[in-house]
Amino acid sequence: MSRNINESVLTAFKVLVAIFLAFLFGYIVLYIMGYDPVVAYGSLIKGAFGSKRGFAETLISTTPLIFGSLGFILAFQCGLFNMGLEGQIAIGGIVAAYLGYTIPGLPPFIHITICIIGAAAGGALWGLGPGFLKARFGIHEVIGTIMMNYIAFDVSSYLVSTHGPMKDRLTDMPASPFIHDSAKIIRIWKGTRLHWGIFLAIFFSFVVWFLLFRTRIGYKLRAVGKNQFAAEAGGINVPRYMILAMVLSGLFGGIAGGVEILGIHYRLFAAFSPGYGWDAIAVSLLGLLSPIGIIGSAFLFGFLRSGSILMQAIAGVSKDMISVITGVIIFFMGMSDPVGNFIKDKLLRKLYGNSV
Amino acid sequence: MGILFNILNLAIFTSTLRITTPILFAALGGCMTERSGVINIGLEGMMLMGAFAAAVGSYFWGPWLGVLFGIFVGGIMGLLHAFMSVTVKANQIISATAINIFALGFPNLIVPVLWKGHYAMTPVVPVIKSIQIPVIADIPVLGPIIGNLNPIVYIAFLLVPVVHYVLFKTRLGLRIRAVGEHPKAADTVGINVALMRYIAVTVSGLLAGFGGAFLSVAYQSQFSQAMTAGRGFIGLAAMIFGRWRPFGALVACLIFAFADAFQASAQAAGVPIPPDLLLTLPYLLTLIALAGLIGKKAVGPAANGKPYFKD
Repeated sequence: MSRNINESVLTAFKVLVAIFLAFLFGYIVLYIMGYDPVVAYGSLIKGAFGSKRGFAETLISTTPLIFGSLGFILAFQCGLFNMGLEGQIAIGGIVAAYLGYTIPGLPPFIHITICIIGAAAGGALWGLGPGFLKARFGIHEVIGTIMMNYIAFDVSSYLVSTHGPMKDRLTDMPASPFIHDSAKIIRIWKGTRLHWGIFLAIFFSFVVWFLLFRTRIGYKLRAVGKNQFAAEAGGINVPRYMILAMVLSGLFGGIAGGVEILGIHYRLFAAFSPGYGWDAIAVSLLGLLSPIGIIGSAFLFGFLRSGSILMQAIAGVSKDMISVITGVIIFFMGMSDPVGNFIKDKLLRKLYGNSV
Repeated sequence: MGILFNILNLAIFTSTLRITTPILFAALGGCMTERSGVINIGLEGMMLMGAFAAAVGSYFWGPWLGVLFGIFVGGIMGLLHAFMSVTVKANQIISATAINIFALGFPNLIVPVLWKGHYAMTPVVPVIKSIQIPVIADIPVLGPIIGNLNPIVYIAFLLVPVVHYVLFKTRLGLRIRAVGEHPKAADTVGINVALMRYIAVTVSGLLAGFGGAFLSVAYQSQFSQAMTAGRGFIGLAAMIFGRWRPFGALVACLIFAFADAFQASAQAAGVPIPPDLLLTLPYLLTLIALAGLIGKKAVGPAANGKPYFKD
């Protein structure tokens, strides 16, 4: 028991150190470049928490980050890297928007459900390709998913381009028509864009937790991730579970994009995601690859996304500062396990001699 | 038929060579790093940082120093990945992803500081001009294609035999490959596993930086956000397609680049396919080529991606 407590204290410590170091790094970079780091960080916090709207935007950004991270985790637990979330988000958005403006006269609950299922299916299809290539041909899923990203981006800009099939003929904007009211996810906080999606995201976090840790499928999926060869020897159909993991992973990417369209934008335009698919990687690692843990880390990144807009306006620091902090957090999280083990090892050896 | 003729003019071969160049740098970098047993999907980010550094360098010190600066910064990023992969023994994909995401945002932080009012894009910078190779440029048909190119294009193609020679004909190359296949055995006979991997990964960063520099101070004349557009990854795919060998990678790069040149030329010739869809051609072809190539599984160096624990 005490060992468990020690472990979780150590883990929490690890996460906090990574966050602290990332912000420290950001502070130094800002300082060197002649910005005022205090003003920058101050406006970051003020932007995210200083107003009702800001706080709502924080939760709004948290939503796709949770969905995206659930996708990343599902692949990762099977030992795979889904770098294709950004593309799967784009596809989910395309399908949701299309179903949202073409199907008329449905009750909202049914219409929204159809759109989200469609978005999920689109994302799942986008994950299926690289999953199949990996399982059948051994093509690294990173290359497969990245190629699928670029294809998704180009397809989505084609669809809303001047002569594209989803282009709204009534405006000059490269965007699709607006979805019907029945497809819009209901907003829950007056005067803000906050919608029900956040609860859906939290609900699905528990669903994925259950799937991974309380079902046979989840057990086998994780077994493949732990040791592919042992899993195979144990009679698990490894290629099948790899494909399944990528499909499930893409599915959540698709939902992230779909909910974003149905809850926020109400229409499709190219590159509507500001990079949630990439943030999701950092969110997942910081959330220790736990479907519950990522609720917290998604909130942290939602805060960064939301606050960065005011930071850009007040301190003049590009909102891409977030990518830098994201990169550094991933970096330190990647470092934390090996370094932690190394320190523990050294410490134990010092305490007990070479017998351990 | 007429339209096909318009697409397949001589210019398409010249632009194929130009488009090959940055991918080739990444592919050669991929050969180095993966032969030593370290996966480096961070080539994309290293290339992007190289492109940015080269543009900055070119603006302040002229194009050639800019290129050197781009190579240097690429190498620093390579060194960072080597440190993470070899010394820290972190997950190599995670380390490289950190580099890729970092590179996506970092230039945007610097650009407005160096150039007021600029965002996500540097001003136009001095570029390296194409050169005419005296005798070769006079050969009929072939001359106009290969006789008048950017010096960096020639360098990239010359690096193919160089990397091949280093990897397969020198002691250093033998050691690098040994470390990538069986680090324990290599260690037993006294090869410094960590050092070999450091060298290989850093060199891959230098090469990626070079490729990036070509993009911003030769292929184009400025840096813009995410301008590498997946070339680092396509380079890796080409390397796999070429079975981890420089000449094989070159062939793959040429095929991918031809697809890209073809789509650009088709756009210019007014083929009734939407330009955005034509843009997907190189990526689709990469996937199809990788799937079709193999039939059986692609097998890389045995210890690829595995940290080596000395005990």
